[in-house]
Amino acid sequence: MYENKRLGLLYISPYIIGLLVFTAFPFLSSLIISFTDYDLINPPEYIGLDNYRYMMDDDTFYQSMGVTFAYVFLTIPLKLAFALFIAFVLNFKLRGIKFFRTAYYIPSILGSSVAIAVLWRAIFSLDGLLNSFLGIFGVEAISWLGEPVFAMFSVTLLRVWQFGSAMVIFLAALQSVPQSQYEAAMIDGASKWQMFTKITVPLITPVIFFNFIMQTTQAFQEFTAPYVITGGGPAKSTYLFSLYIYETAFKYFDLGYGSALAWVLFVAVAIFTAISFKSSKYWVFYSGDKGGK
Amino acid sequence: MNKVFPNKAALSADLKNNPMLRAEIRKQRVGASIRYIILLFFGLVMLYPLFWMFSAAFKPNHEIFSSLSLWPKNFSLDGFINGWNTGTEYTFGRFFINTLYYVVPKVILTVISSVIVAYGFARFEIPFKKFWFVTLVATILLPTSVLLIPQYLMFREMGMLDSYLPLYLPMAFATQGFFVFMLIQFLRGLPTDMEEAAQIDGCNSYQLLWYIVVPMLKPAIISVALFQFMWSVNDFLGPLIYISSVEKYPIALALKLSIDVTEGTQWNEILAMASIAIVPSIVVFLIAQNYFVEGISSGGVKG
Repeated sequence: MYENKRLGLLYISPYIIGLLVFTAFPFLSSLIISFTDYDLINPPEYIGLDNYRYMMDDDTFYQSMGVTFAYVFLTIPLKLAFALFIAFVLNFKLRGIKFFRTAYYIPSILGSSVAIAVLWRAIFSLDGLLNSFLGIFGVEAISWLGEPVFAMFSVTLLRVWQFGSAMVIFLAALQSVPQSQYEAAMIDGASKWQMFTKITVPLITPVIFFNFIMQTTQAFQEFTAPYVITGGGPAKSTYLFSLYIYETAFKYFDLGYGSALAWVLFVAVAIFTAISFKSSKYWVFYSGDKGGK
Repeated sequence: MNKVFPNKAALSADLKNNPMLRAEIRKQRVGASIRYIILLFFGLVMLYPLFWMFSAAFKPNHEIFSSLSLWPKNFSLDGFINGWNTGTEYTFGRFFINTLYYVVPKVILTVISSVIVAYGFARFEIPFKKFWFVTLVATILLPTSVLLIPQYLMFREMGMLDSYLPLYLPMAFATQGFFVFMLIQFLRGLPTDMEEAAQIDGCNSYQLLWYIVVPMLKPAIISVALFQFMWSVNDFLGPLIYISSVEKYPIALALKLSIDVTEGTQWNEILAMASIAIVPSIVVFLIAQNYFVEGISSGGVKG
């Protein structure tokens, strides 16, 4: 640790400039823009709270918000449960663990790309891979992307498919659980399941919390998959909020309303994150030796 | 084998005499097989779509959905040839190079700015350090859509629309808090005695950074570069907003264009180009996967 404060400030100055120019300034500007009517051609016109008033009666707003929360509440538990389950299985000292870790991780590396969204369309389209597979068993072709419930399922599945990064984090956490704890429990005659719920899970709650926060922040912002796979349809059933913001601002050039929508999303996510952090006091246990850094 | 395990004979004799031990070993073997079956099953289900995509790229269009086989019955390169030529006046190679035009500067700028800032955070007393650190974590959690519109207006004002600058310029200012955070965590875990010794020998802080900290940070720097590479190559929303002329399209926009234009979709062409699009990511990942795993788990566990 070096004493010179000015030097330290100099080193982090790129960050401070970036924070002010590319984060703080746009952050506050979008609030101001949300009080205007602005279409890029005519100068912005101050309209007070009209955008927010309009939102109160906007069916698409409610639909989109509902779909986004449904998406988050569907994907996150599934993804985390799956990631933890596979990490748990991998954590038994098996041969070839590295191979499986690689195989499971690859989808997370590629998952958010347009290429994979395109692949998903090929899988779930009416004459696509999934229907040909089901056809073998005599199942009639299902319109996966044409039915609201199935469309949501298809988009959700792409997110769950990318559980690898959360799994790798879980695996590292599981490997750091001291073996002596399990041995002690074994002597007391605990079953595998008891050991998992009573020892493993409490010890890794900080990591569960970390994964939960990172994954939800990402899921609230999901854009590529629904935009490419379903375009938000059918009947706006996969019209996630970031699609609505994007189309309002960059397709219909209603930048004022787009900013208002973005701010409402920000507030919703902020409240959600705040509740998560508050709740973490009751279920996240930081062991003494780790927290002292 | 007996030479390697001289006790094996004794052990097996022991086994015959000890039914409890035998049962325990059998139980463990059954457990291990169940685990392998689970892992193999899910692994296959997960990777099958990717393998299928690669094989579909080599199939003629009529065969793609008519069989689930991973082996093309009628091997054909039409998908690659026609796909490469694209429906536009440019080849897919052009879109590839376009992608590199912003991915490379983005990676380089991210690494340089993040290392400098992380060094400042981890090793110096700074006025209001707590406050700056909180803002760093807050930017990680901030939904970027709230910044999108004003940033667009800003870059429009600066005359940078339809150029790659808006995609990488902010990276010169360590704007991706995640990477700074990861490097700070890594730096905090490193011993400082080397730096202290060098300081006594008269090194100034830039020399410390360049000659001691950067070499020690190398694994973390590689992780940052790799993650940024993957995320930038996959990025879709950024190019979608800022790049409007087809000649500047990166892969992500070109692929989207290809499924929009053709009704009566030429799936073999699209899947061939989608395959080519993800090959660099897969190769980079397979070569450097340890850095990914280290990077991601150090950020998560030590945090």
